[in-house]
Amino acid sequence: MSNTQFTPSITSRPVYPGLTSLGNVPAIMIADASGQEALKELAAADSSVMDQAHVLLVTTSPALADKLQDLRPASIETVSDLDAAVPSFERLLSTAKMGTQLYLAGSEGLIGFFSARALGSGLPQEAIQSEHRGPISRRMQCVHCKGVTEDVTTDPFTCSHCGLTLFVRDHFSRRLGVFQGVCVDAEVPGEVPETEEIQP
Amino acid sequence: MISKLNLKVVEIEDLSPLVKRFRFEDPDKAALPVFSGGAHVSVEMPDGEMLRHNSYSLISDPYDATGYEIAVRREDQGRGGSKFMHEKVAVGDILKLSMPANLFQLDLRAKKHVLIGGGIGITPFLSQMRQLEMHGQAYELHYATHSREEAAGLALLPEAAHIHVHISEDGSRMDLGAMLADQPLGCHVYTCGPEGLIAAVAEQAAMLGWPATSVHSEAFTAPPPGAPFEVTIASTGQVVPVAANQSLLEALEAASVVVDYSCRGGGCGRCETTVTSCDGDIEHNDFWLSKEERAEKKKIMPCMSRFKGLALVLDL
Ligand code: FES
Repeated sequence: MSNTQFTPSITSRPVYPGLTSLGNVPAIMIADASGQEALKELAAADSSVMDQAHVLLVTTSPALADKLQDLRPASIETVSDLDAAVPSFERLLSTAKMGTQLYLAGSEGLIGFFSARALGSGLPQEAIQSEHRGPISRRMQCVHCKGVTEDVTTDPFTCSHCGLTLFVRDHFSRRLGVFQGVCVDAEVPGEVPETEEIQP
Repeated sequence: MISKLNLKVVEIEDLSPLVKRFRFEDPDKAALPVFSGGAHVSVEMPDGEMLRHNSYSLISDPYDATGYEIAVRREDQGRGGSKFMHEKVAVGDILKLSMPANLFQLDLRAKKHVLIGGGIGITPFLSQMRQLEMHGQAYELHYATHSREEAAGLALLPEAAHIHVHISEDGSRMDLGAMLADQPLGCHVYTCGPEGLIAAVAEQAAMLGWPATSVHSEAFTAPPPGAPFEVTIASTGQVVPVAANQSLLEALEAASVVVDYSCRGGGCGRCETTVTSCDGDIEHNDFWLSKEERAEKKKIMPCMSRFKGLALVLDL
């Protein structure tokens, strides 16, 4: 499996060009179970990329961390979900210096979630690399109630906070790291198009 | 086109043997437009037959509408603009200044600002520093100069832990590598001074993995003098002579040929002029045109650049 190819869309839609090693420089790497494959390939291409890399692995399976340990990163930590990764990530960011690279690999939700936090801490956009691996589910924000629904795979979908039926847009908020969902039957309540699987 | 301010010189102070500070105020004490840190004004200098303009960074408080201040270093090898300021301008004189314009703004999204001024390149940072203080933004300033005697900036810099003075004569050289290696995320660096310093900072930052968008510089200087030459105006056939100590832009203005401008230092792009034909070489002294554009000889920046050769025709 390799980097997912998405259909070209509006400028707002993030693109994930894939990871390329910048060599032995200070780095933070975050991956989920699918994304850790991309980290392995990155290290296979240039093992020095791991010398100063702090890895956060978002997974419920600790066995994956053991495998990554073989790549000899500077440190590695396993966390169960995105929110659980925040304290460690913020700690790494607070001591990081200009020149630090952020490598993100995995779902769109993961990439958006950590990009937004990194940008908020002042990490320049140009220092963030990303590669999409695994399912193409999205983190969607309801533009009406502002609640975020995780792992959305269908269009339209039901907002997990306010219950509105939302249309999945490619409009993305970099600041929040979420796609925007807009009420699909605002004109004629109840007139809802057929539900489809989200396509890449 | 560009509106001008007629301002009175109210103070002249020697900051060093080579640098003088000038303060301008409205003759009727009217409030002047406030500006942003890093802004410059261009000063008109009527010197006999010749009308010269030089641009200078404003060094006063950007939010102070009672006056503008600049610091002028005497360049004896220059066209005579700075010499005019030093020798012919007296307290009480009225000079024409352009409205402040800014080609060297702070990026206010930065978490921290590192300001590096070499020699007279300290000037834009004096106003930026006040703006940063006012907004409580984190910054550090490095002022590098050859000798204590020449250090005009010393008189204008407060003593503070985040203000660093490097005097090479005293052996305290700036260590760019160490300075840039230890900056927090979201830091931006700004350099003004000799081209060598600007290039060194850019190179060091790139080596440490700073993206180019976090690295800023201002290199604009006064137009250099050179050998006299002539240009021809395509629309009228008029031939305009350019004297040794005159810029092409000043010569065009003297001949009533209208060219738009702003910085007069080769940095803003406003004066870009199309070349109809060029039999010779353009001395591109600007910071605007790309390498490719220079090689093509289809564009010239009259505020800074000169010509050597048989004939230059401008599409004016
Ligand atoms: S006036 Fe700014 S580049 Fe010539």
